[in-house]
Formats: sequence, structure tokens, C-alpha cells
Amino acid sequence: MADTRTAPGTGTVPLKAVPVRYPGRWVAAAVVLVLVAMLVSGLVTNDNYQWAVVREYFFSEPILRGLVLTLELTVIAMAIGIVLGVILAVMRLSPNPIVSGAAWTYVWFFRGTPVLVQLLVWFNLAALYPVISLGVPFGPSFVSGSANNFITPLAAAILGLGLNEAAYMAEIIRAGILSVDQGQTEAAQALGMNRLRTMRRIVLPQAMRVVVPPTGNETISMLKTTSLASVIALAELLYSAQIIYGRTFQTIPLLIVAVIWYLILTSVLSAGQFYVERYFARGAVRTLPPTPLQRLRRQFSRGGPGPHDTAALLASSKDTR
Amino acid sequence: MTADTPMVKAEDVRKSFGLVEVLRGIDLQVERGEVFCLIGPSGSGKSTFLRCINHLEKINGGRLSVDGELVGYRQKGDRLYELREKEVCAKRAEIGMVFQHFNLFPHKTALANVMEAPIQVKGENKADAADRGRRLLEQVGLGDKFDAYPRQLSGGQQQRVAIARALAMEPKLMLFDEPTSALDPELVGEVLDVMRGLARAGMTMVVVTHEMGFAREVGDAVVFMDGGVIIESGKPREMLTDPQHERTRSFLSKVL
Repeated sequence: MADTRTAPGTGTVPLKAVPVRYPGRWVAAAVVLVLVAMLVSGLVTNDNYQWAVVREYFFSEPILRGLVLTLELTVIAMAIGIVLGVILAVMRLSPNPIVSGAAWTYVWFFRGTPVLVQLLVWFNLAALYPVISLGVPFGPSFVSGSANNFITPLAAAILGLGLNEAAYMAEIIRAGILSVDQGQTEAAQALGMNRLRTMRRIVLPQAMRVVVPPTGNETISMLKTTSLASVIALAELLYSAQIIYGRTFQTIPLLIVAVIWYLILTSVLSAGQFYVERYFARGAVRTLPPTPLQRLRRQFSRGGPGPHDTAALLASSKDTR
Repeated sequence: MTADTPMVKAEDVRKSFGLVEVLRGIDLQVERGEVFCLIGPSGSGKSTFLRCINHLEKINGGRLSVDGELVGYRQKGDRLYELREKEVCAKRAEIGMVFQHFNLFPHKTALANVMEAPIQVKGENKADAADRGRRLLEQVGLGDKFDAYPRQLSGGQQQRVAIARALAMEPKLMLFDEPTSALDPELVGEVLDVMRGLARAGMTMVVVTHEMGFAREVGDAVVFMDGGVIIESGKPREMLTDPQHERTRSFLSKVL
């Protein structure tokens, strides 16, 4: 027993023990590996995937143009959603019942109807209001024009996706504002800050921590939802692929092109979300979570990860047997 | 205002939340440079009264004035007019407040917490606000914590930052709402030390507290409240050692 005790200055003697074995884990791992092997062999051997066609169209001009349009649509629709969402959230929290009622009704309507239907309605707006004009309510108009000129497929998509998104963002931002302790508002007011400044400087920055993760999800979701705009003939990523396979009948390879691009974009957005969340966690946690780069560096500076030690332990326990 | 105008004057101040009347006619006067202690059981209305002084709560009756001016209202003839938000804010800016749960801004460093109001409310420039902020933090013994976020500080340190934050507005009156009630017993002393220093420097302070030792040692006047009324008031040394009222006696026997 004496040799297992730590002598001063010599460090600890590694503990010797036979680790518990988990046969079930080995079986599960084997099953998963077999399934993965089947999937990979299918991808490689099944000629119907037509990988050559995928490669041919992956960087083709119409696909890249569709990709750019998908990104633009995502950014513009989310920007509308966030700005309008903040306004609606603050309106919802207003003491004026007409103002908060209006915000409630907006959310009720746009959350209560499918976004696909909304897109179709916006696209066919000209049938409802043939002429759109800007002027005094119930009075003279300054500018007016045919709705068909305003409501292009792009405008319909931006309106449909953006206004629908605002309803969801309003609820996310309202929850964020409500999550900030009442004491924060009181402290700011006691210092002489007015309501607007308290909201902008104290409440909203703290609400961001609660707002950012679901907003990231909404952005990723929006990126995929833009594909719905294909039904109103807007040449975003999916519709661009559809145009090509409508001509060449290479349906599967072109859908795979779209799938891979969507996956790349959502992966990039997820990584971005991590860093934005980390930024807004300042002050909320004592130590920020390490970035992947920091984690890698720490692993190397420690002189090798843990599993090696376990292996050494195993080897030494075998020796003693 | 003249030097003999009381800093706070309350006449028959009443406040209800719905049907519950929390303040049922408070009369008191806080002189300049005085440390005025409010003691009493929880629910007695002492915190509510404190919050009325900087208009975080609106009073329902009576008159309450700070430095000779009504709180939250302006009188023209015999009519009261509610003050606009801008005017209320300007008055609050002259009154510092320290809360039981500190209420520091968690997304800002200690120094940024102290700088926030002078920059945002007074429009002071950044460098001046930072200079004063550093000096105040040093004054409360946190010269090495400028860049710490509130969550990285102990309760006592957070409360000292909160005091520095209130002082940064150069208030003429400081309100303390049970400033040591949320602290570990070990950390109470460091906060009371800062408050003692303030009292010595001549700051007018209204303190809601359960620290009878502090009230006796530093307080110039003490008021015992229960059920929304003042039961007894006097000099701390006399009242805390020899209370005249039965209710005061039973309360003090429990907390001392």
C-alpha cells in the first residue's frame, strides 16, 4: 500500500484498475458501421446518382445565380422580419390596447396561415388591388401604378417571406424582452434614463442572449423556406435546378446539387450562430465557451488527449496480471 | 433651495396597490446631511416609501417633496399636474438609489456600469466619465476590478459597484433599499464601511435596513414602521435601546 501513496514532490502514482467492459456498445457500433457501409456503397455503385452530372452542374452559372438569389432572399426577408419583429414586439408590450391589439392581430393572421398560401396571395395581389397608389388616406393620391408592375415574383417572395417572418420574430423578441429582470429597468430609471434609452441600452442587449439562438434557427429555416418561392416561378436555387432538369430529365442529380448547396449554406450559418451567441453571452457566464480553434490549441498544448492515458493504464494493468 | 429646506418632506403620504393600502399616512422629514434609517418588519411599507421618493411608485395621497419640490407633480394654483417623462428623469438623476439585489447591468463591466448614466443621461464625454468611474471604483475599494463583469464579482463587490454607479451621477440624496440583506454575513461589513464613509462625507442618506448596529452607530434619525404607518421615531441611540412602544420593543427583541 505504501507505494500507492503520493510521496511529496514526486507526483501521483497512476491508479491501476481493469476498466468495465461494455459489450453492448461494440454491438451497436458494429450495426451502425454496417449500415454506413451499405449507404456508402450505394452512393458509389448506384449509377442512377449520376455523380458526373452533379459535378457538371454544381458550379454551373444558372445554379450559382439561383444560389445568390436564395441568399439575397434570405437576408432581405430576415432583415424585414427582425426590424418589423422588434416594432411588433414593442407594440405588443405597449399599455395602449389598440396598439397592442394591432400587433396581436398581425401575429395571429400571419402565423395562422401557411406561408405557401401567403406567397400565392402576394403573387396574385394584382387580382385583388389592380392599382396601387400612395397618398392621403381616403384623399388624393400622389403616385399610383399597376400592381402588376410592383408585384414581381421577387417582390411577392420578399413580402410573403418577410411579413410572415416578422410574426415569428415578434414573438421571439417579446419573449426576450420579458426575460430581462424588472430590476434592470428600475435601476436604469433610478439613474434617470428614459424609457426609450432603457430599452435600447439596457433591456434589448440583454434580451439578445435569449433572442439570438431562436433567430439563428429562424435564419436557417428561412434559407430553406425560400425554396417555396419556386412555386411563383422565382429562379432561386431549387427553381434553377428544376428548370435544368425540366429540360434534361436529370432530376435526381440536380436535386442532389441543390441538397449539397443547402447543406453547405446551413452549415456556414450554424457556425456563424455559434460566434454570435458567444458574443452576446458576455457577462452572462463567467467563462465563455471555447471556440473550436481554442479547443484544438488547448488539446495540443496539453501534450495529447486523454485516451492515450487510458491506453497506458490498460497496458500497465495487463502487465501486472 | 435654501439651506434649511428639508431634503425629504412627507405629509400624510398614502399608497395602495389595488385594494391593499401599503402606506397609510406617512409624515416625516429628512434634513440635509442626515442619515435617516427606516426599520420595520417586511411588508411594513418601508421599501415602498423609499421607492416613492424617486417616483418609481406613484403616491395616491398626501404630499411628498424632495429638496422643496413635489415628487412627480407640479402645482399651479391648487391644481396638480403630472410631470412629463423628461422632467421625472431629470429629478431621478439627482437621486441615487441602491437596491437589495444590486441590479447591476450584467452585460457591462464594472467601469461601464458606472459610466453608463453620466454618458447617457448627462451627456458627459467618455474620457471624463471613465476618469470619474475609475476614481469612484477606487474609492469603494475596487481599483483592480474595472474590467470585471458583475457575475465575476462577489455580492459585496457588486453592491459596492452599485454604490459607485449611483454616486457617478453626483446625487444630492442617496436611497438604500436593504443594501446588505442579500449578502453573506461576512460581506456585509465591506458595504457598510463604504456607507459609513459616505455619511462622514456629509451625504444625505435614507436607508431601509435590518442592520441595527449600523443604524445606531451612523444614523441621525430612525423611524420604525409597521402596517404602513410610523409607530415610533427618534434618535437611534435612544429608540433602539429604550423603545417606548410595545410593537417596537417586540420587533427589536427579535432582530437584535
